[in-house]
Amino acid sequence: MAQAGHVETYNYDIVRKFAIMAIFWGIVGMATGVYIASELAFPFLNFDLPWLTFGRLRPVHTSGVIFGFGGCALFATSYYVVQRTSQARLWGSGLANFTFYGWNGGVLLAAIGYVTGYTQGREYAEIVWPLDIAIVFVWVAYFTVYVMTLRKRKTPHIYVANWFYLAFILAVALLHIFNNLAVPVSWTSLHSYSLQSGVQDAMTQWWYGHNAVGFFLTAAFLGMMYYFVPKQAGRPIYSYKLSIVHFWALTFLYMWVGTHHLHWTAVPDWTSSLAATFSILLLMPSWGGMINGIMTLSGAWDKLRNDPIMLFLITSLSFYGMSTFEGPLMSLKSVNALSHYTDWTVGHVHSGALGWVAMISIGSLYHLIQKLWNTEMYSKSMIYTHFYLSTIGTVLYIASLWVAGIGQGLILRAFDSYGNLAYTFVESVEFLHAPYVIRAIGGGLFVLGMFIMAYNAYMTIRAARNKNVDIEAQAVIPAAVAH
Amino acid sequence: MITQEKIEKNSFLMIVLILFVISIGGLVEVIPLYYIEGTIEDTTVDGVDPVRPYTPLEQRGRDLYIREGCYNCHSQMIRPFRDEMLRYGHYSLGAESQYDHPFQWGSKRTGPDLARVGGKYSNTWQVKHLVKPTSVVPQSIMPNYPWLLENELDTSDLVDRLKTLKIVGVPYSETTEEYNANVKKFGEKVAPMLDINKAQENLLAQAKEGNYDGNPDKLTEMDAMVAYLQVLGTMVDFTKYEEGHFAKFRTNDYAQSK
Repeated sequence: MAQAGHVETYNYDIVRKFAIMAIFWGIVGMATGVYIASELAFPFLNFDLPWLTFGRLRPVHTSGVIFGFGGCALFATSYYVVQRTSQARLWGSGLANFTFYGWNGGVLLAAIGYVTGYTQGREYAEIVWPLDIAIVFVWVAYFTVYVMTLRKRKTPHIYVANWFYLAFILAVALLHIFNNLAVPVSWTSLHSYSLQSGVQDAMTQWWYGHNAVGFFLTAAFLGMMYYFVPKQAGRPIYSYKLSIVHFWALTFLYMWVGTHHLHWTAVPDWTSSLAATFSILLLMPSWGGMINGIMTLSGAWDKLRNDPIMLFLITSLSFYGMSTFEGPLMSLKSVNALSHYTDWTVGHVHSGALGWVAMISIGSLYHLIQKLWNTEMYSKSMIYTHFYLSTIGTVLYIASLWVAGIGQGLILRAFDSYGNLAYTFVESVEFLHAPYVIRAIGGGLFVLGMFIMAYNAYMTIRAARNKNVDIEAQAVIPAAVAH
Repeated sequence: MITQEKIEKNSFLMIVLILFVISIGGLVEVIPLYYIEGTIEDTTVDGVDPVRPYTPLEQRGRDLYIREGCYNCHSQMIRPFRDEMLRYGHYSLGAESQYDHPFQWGSKRTGPDLARVGGKYSNTWQVKHLVKPTSVVPQSIMPNYPWLLENELDTSDLVDRLKTLKIVGVPYSETTEEYNANVKKFGEKVAPMLDINKAQENLLAQAKEGNYDGNPDKLTEMDAMVAYLQVLGTMVDFTKYEEGHFAKFRTNDYAQSK
């Protein structure tokens, strides 16, 4: 039986579990995002309930989408890619299961902690210290499973996608450990105080913060790109040499740029200038990667006409190119003087997070679901609907926040003819109402697409299971008759 | 010679090289901040440093500020621009957040910067604003925080908290020696407030005397929160320094002269 042989060769069970959880966390994390976006437009939605306030829910959104949705998508795809490109079954299925329950349990407990007031108060690293330690164990297990599988490989070369996944695993370990150094209030307390303070703490936190973007949300998803784009296109990657340059330049340059989040603050200017310089340099490997991905389609451009999964993948690369152009622009000190502290930054993050990270994941997950359950998607037109909802949602989101961010930046620095401030702060808040409504609608469309994906995936998997049950039933009947 | 050919056939070599390549940037940018003089400005006036650790009540307020995630909408870092100076006051110094574990500079201003909000409004205004922001700023989109006025302040782990902060480098005192060092560094008035042995009574005394929440008989979370907000940015009196005193820490010449 081909199906049984398939299961034996590769550990697809773990990939399936992570793929389903990626969709689950995608809906939870993004829906939370839409809710808090709506709170900004309509503050009554805070309902005077501590656990529903923007301040406590925002980390639920960020952890939910980054670690829940992004993390599970990365676990799923990396476990799949490492097996397929190494032509070897995943090493240590028990340990891989531990990463599944450990990771998902960790994200869930972190979210419960945030809403009940347990947080470290570090952006994107709010998770309390005992969970931080638990995550280290999960991560070590992940690294072990991944590397041991690589070492079992039947191919002499390690495929390029794995370089990126490997850099992501190593860099995230480094970032997580050093940014979370803290002393607990007591052994029985969930609270802790960070080892560093003020200037040094800010540097460490944004070294973490930006490289969480660089390695978690970029390098790892490039790993995804280097496998799923060529696979879906049915063509080899455009340039092997470009991928080598892309890889080493990206891993080296990213680690320098975190301080562009701290322009004009109390950190020394030299760190700021260095970060801005490296941010400009970073444009080159970023675009090298984008070109490598998009050009893989050369000779197969017709796929854009009839393959909605390809649309997701190529659109994601376009957003990647756009946000990695916008990023260096915003890292210039003069631009940053206006953009920093405003919604422009939030919009920029989402052009990367929705346009790039979510769309490449969605495309890869559609590809993956068909392979994992050995079937076709239940509805192709639903994928098209999902694609248009995602794209329109993302464009509404980032365009409205360009207006919000640039508008607020200009309002706050406006002077009247006497040289006094022309506006009070709260006047800028009033101005934000309309863009905030449009942003919430854009986000809402994106979540709606995720619901359609969940339904489509559910119907696909259900049909695939029924088909398999039928096959098994037919195989059993003759045996029963024979008795 | 290490060629790409060798690297991509050897997972161990690849791991080592990736670790090497990703370590450089962080090392070059973070480590020198501990050694370059002037990274933290010298704020000493008349032999006393006005930038002091938070009192027990203020620190508990800061804990609540973190619990509620205020940093998601409020920064505590004024940049050296004319509009920010007019709106918020003198630009923030590195020295002013040297006892902040963790730092709360923030990255987004959905609400205004709070680095120098201390003393800008009365306690009564702060309480009203926290309970229902629209009662004093009708256009505000900030959530209401009525529970701060209802919840009693938990001080059960106060000493543990201060001792932990001491471990990470905040100069609270436990011994006579440490106390005397604080007298020397922060002055006779401030040193008693930093004594861990008297943390609980100091906290109660400050809450009673300050009457931050408008109810002297009850120790609420509001007492701590308002005490924290009222101290933000007030420690350094910029009129006491020569013109250009703080600007010189921002130039390369300063670092080189040392």
